[in-house]
Amino acid sequence: MTATATSQEPNGVLDRLRDLKRLTFVDIILWALRISVLVVVVGGSIGTLIKGRYSMDQWFDFFMFGLTIGSIYALIALGYTMVYGILRLINFAHGDITMTGAFSAYFLARGLDRSGFLDANPVISMVLIMGLAMIICSAVALAVERICYRPFRHVATLAPLICAIGASFFLQHSTRGMYGSTIRAYPDPEWMKGQVDFIGFEIPLYQLIVIGIALAAMAFLYLVVQRTKMGTAMRAVSEDRDAASMMGIDVNKVILFTFILGGCMAGIGGVLYCMVYKQIYFYMGFLPGVKAFSAAVLGGIGNIPGAMLGGLFLGVVESIGPALFLDGIGIAAPYQLRDLIAFTMLVMVLIFRPQGILGERLATKRA
Amino acid sequence: MAFDVVASARQEREKHVSPWLRTLTTGLVFGGFAFYFAMVGIVTMFHGRWIIVDIVSLGHALLIMIAGASGLYIASKTKAHNYSGLLLQGLGSGAIVGAVMALLIFVIANFKLRFIFVQLKTPLLKLLTFGQDPWIGAMGLIAGGAFFGALGVVFFIMNPALRKPIVAGLTAAGVAGLFQELIQLMIQKYNDFRELIFTWDGMTLQGALILFIVFAAVYGVWGWQRERMNVMVSRLPMAQQRNFKISGYVLLGLMILMFPYFAGNFIGQVMMLVGLFTLMGMGLNLEIGLAGLLDLGFVAFYAVGAYTTALLTADSPAAFMQLPYWAAVPIAVFLSICVGVLFGVPVLKVRGDYLAVATLGLGEIVRVIVLSDAAAPLLAGAQGILGIPRPWIGSFELDNPVALFYLTLVFSLVAAYIAYSLENSRLGRAWTAIRDDEDVAQALGINLINVKLLAYGLGAAFAGLAGSIFAVMLGSIFPHSFQLIISINVLALIIVGGMGSLPGVVLGAAALIGLPELLREFGEYRFLFYGLVIVIMMRIKPEGLWPSASRRREMLVGEEDRAVVEQELAARKSSAATQGG
Repeated sequence: MTATATSQEPNGVLDRLRDLKRLTFVDIILWALRISVLVVVVGGSIGTLIKGRYSMDQWFDFFMFGLTIGSIYALIALGYTMVYGILRLINFAHGDITMTGAFSAYFLARGLDRSGFLDANPVISMVLIMGLAMIICSAVALAVERICYRPFRHVATLAPLICAIGASFFLQHSTRGMYGSTIRAYPDPEWMKGQVDFIGFEIPLYQLIVIGIALAAMAFLYLVVQRTKMGTAMRAVSEDRDAASMMGIDVNKVILFTFILGGCMAGIGGVLYCMVYKQIYFYMGFLPGVKAFSAAVLGGIGNIPGAMLGGLFLGVVESIGPALFLDGIGIAAPYQLRDLIAFTMLVMVLIFRPQGILGERLATKRA
Repeated sequence: MAFDVVASARQEREKHVSPWLRTLTTGLVFGGFAFYFAMVGIVTMFHGRWIIVDIVSLGHALLIMIAGASGLYIASKTKAHNYSGLLLQGLGSGAIVGAVMALLIFVIANFKLRFIFVQLKTPLLKLLTFGQDPWIGAMGLIAGGAFFGALGVVFFIMNPALRKPIVAGLTAAGVAGLFQELIQLMIQKYNDFRELIFTWDGMTLQGALILFIVFAAVYGVWGWQRERMNVMVSRLPMAQQRNFKISGYVLLGLMILMFPYFAGNFIGQVMMLVGLFTLMGMGLNLEIGLAGLLDLGFVAFYAVGAYTTALLTADSPAAFMQLPYWAAVPIAVFLSICVGVLFGVPVLKVRGDYLAVATLGLGEIVRVIVLSDAAAPLLAGAQGILGIPRPWIGSFELDNPVALFYLTLVFSLVAAYIAYSLENSRLGRAWTAIRDDEDVAQALGINLINVKLLAYGLGAAFAGLAGSIFAVMLGSIFPHSFQLIISINVLALIIVGGMGSLPGVVLGAAALIGLPELLREFGEYRFLFYGLVIVIMMRIKPEGLWPSASRRREMLVGEEDRAVVEQELAARKSSAATQGG
């Protein structure tokens, strides 16, 4: 907007003042935005720390919960980022795909819980539950790809995104029609309860389990993408689709594989999300979906370690944020505005740094 | 790329599927649709409404249509003219559809899956088996499916001159049966006539037959005459032809105008909702259809309009003052424009998919703030604002839906006029330019900032106006009314009607808002239909049902290349044939 394509080198105060004259009101508003967010963050933090309302234990609790929910966001974000890397479009329905898998796995979980199997054999039952969620998520993801994305692969319009939006609502309400609109609760097995002592702080066991499983899944994905043939093919296609197909890579297969992989991660993430939040209802996929997308963009969309980092970062900020920023500037009941933090981060990143933290250049696309 | 267009053209020529395979796959796919509709509960819900009382319900009609559609599909895809073979295929695919449903009977009867799939209960079982023994019901389904599949084939290969009157007759009977309550209410006075066709429970078989025959005959005769009329009209001078057309439209407009006055409050309410969403649709149309800015935060502008009106007019402690409605409306619109511009400024550089998500984020931010306790002192939080008074014109209070409908209509006409003149103005062309390619537009000297902000601002103005009507219509507003689903709603109706086209918006609103209101059973499944309709429209007819000329061109990117290549191939084939001999 303010291009400094002068032939002289910009030196001295005079040139800076000249730039100032060329500010448009758009620049002013954008700067006002940056400053207001900065004021809220810094001022709020200072305010809270001065007030000293929260103890170290509580901050640590917030932090651990942030890591927990962040690792879940990271898993779901991986689906977004991989699909974007390969197809250059946002899989808007991914959040609801996650929900579908988790919802379907709920019935298995409940059955296992009723029969006592869940309590007796934690590892096998978790493998079964997550396995079912993974299969269903992958299947739905493949269906969405076939119906909404494949026909538009060579045509760059708004059509695939709009189709995905439609698919997202379709999935939500189909789930509601099939399974009913009552809120259900995931079973609470015995082996997830309890606390673990860690350098003087108490961490709930379930948080460690969730973080552990999520990290294992992320590590597995990283290995697949870096070390296997298919993973290399994925990276090749995401760099340059036509060149990859000229090298003999079957692009269709790679795309299918990507969606399956993303679906598996979503399945695991969905089950973990339900284990943390316990309540399932047909609409629950929307919020984690948007937040996971924010995480993906935050870390640099198309960048797999970026998605993981972005997810963890978003989770921690979202957890600590209300207490740290909002309470400090005197907002009552800051927890209602927790989603606000995620959305604000999303908007800020998209406006000011679309390439994310790790600076992935995919984000600058042509209209 | 031309490369893959050629490749895919070659692929299409080589597709030669065995008829049995096609029957099997078509039957399974359509059976899958029927299965899905049953599992999700749509069939059960449709069954609640009779078309012909106690004989044919909407649920039955749905299954019949699916079976018929499978036959139609096969007939449309087969190029050969082997009629008996086609009929067999139709029988086959229809039978498979019936078999899939029969499988469902078996599952419901023998397995207690009710706790997982809530629809697999007795009502569905009774519907599928017609209240008979499961085995008889299953055989009935298969036989019926086969019959209607074959009928679908017959329908396709039928002479159009015969087919169209039949469609007209069926449509008339269907519409009369579906909307029988409304129609009976309207023709109450003509009791003898009414008793020919209806009882108070619904349409009788006799009534259905009468309507079918009458409408089929009328359509047939009219179709015959229409040819002659068209020829006659085209012989008239141009000016008179245009007058003819205009007077036709004026007549139609007058009928629509007078309809709510005679039809009562319920219809008035429905038409007012349609008008409201038309207003919003025109606003979003400016943003998406003309300027190509996919804005999913549209509901925020709607909320601003509604809240401003409420806060300025309501008879409640939360309100700031008690202005008359007509003073509050300009303020509401102005504030909406401001919010629209404020939304637009940060996202000026953001494009495509990202713009959609960014605006979605902004819309959600507004919703969270409105709902929160922190903003409650200003915006009344989750309890909402009550006691919004109806507007007065002089000494006349607009307190019934019909009056509010006319208010909405006036606003819509004003907005339509503005939208229409904008579309054909320099600004409208600038919008179309940035929709097609922002960089080229900028290079041509279009000021992207101003043009985009005007799009957001004007779109927001329309939404704000709609919001103020909404506040007055309900008399109270709550934060829960302003969810993302409304933005999607408006997006869906633009897509169905046709992006960038004003008559399309009205059509979309009538289809997506009017129909579900009239058919109350749709209730919970509305949003499922919206999602389904969006996907279907995007796949089959992305330019919408009533597209604008330029949109038709844009959406069919690549189709022109394909057409050129196919012409080339056909030309080469024919020249090779003439050469080779």
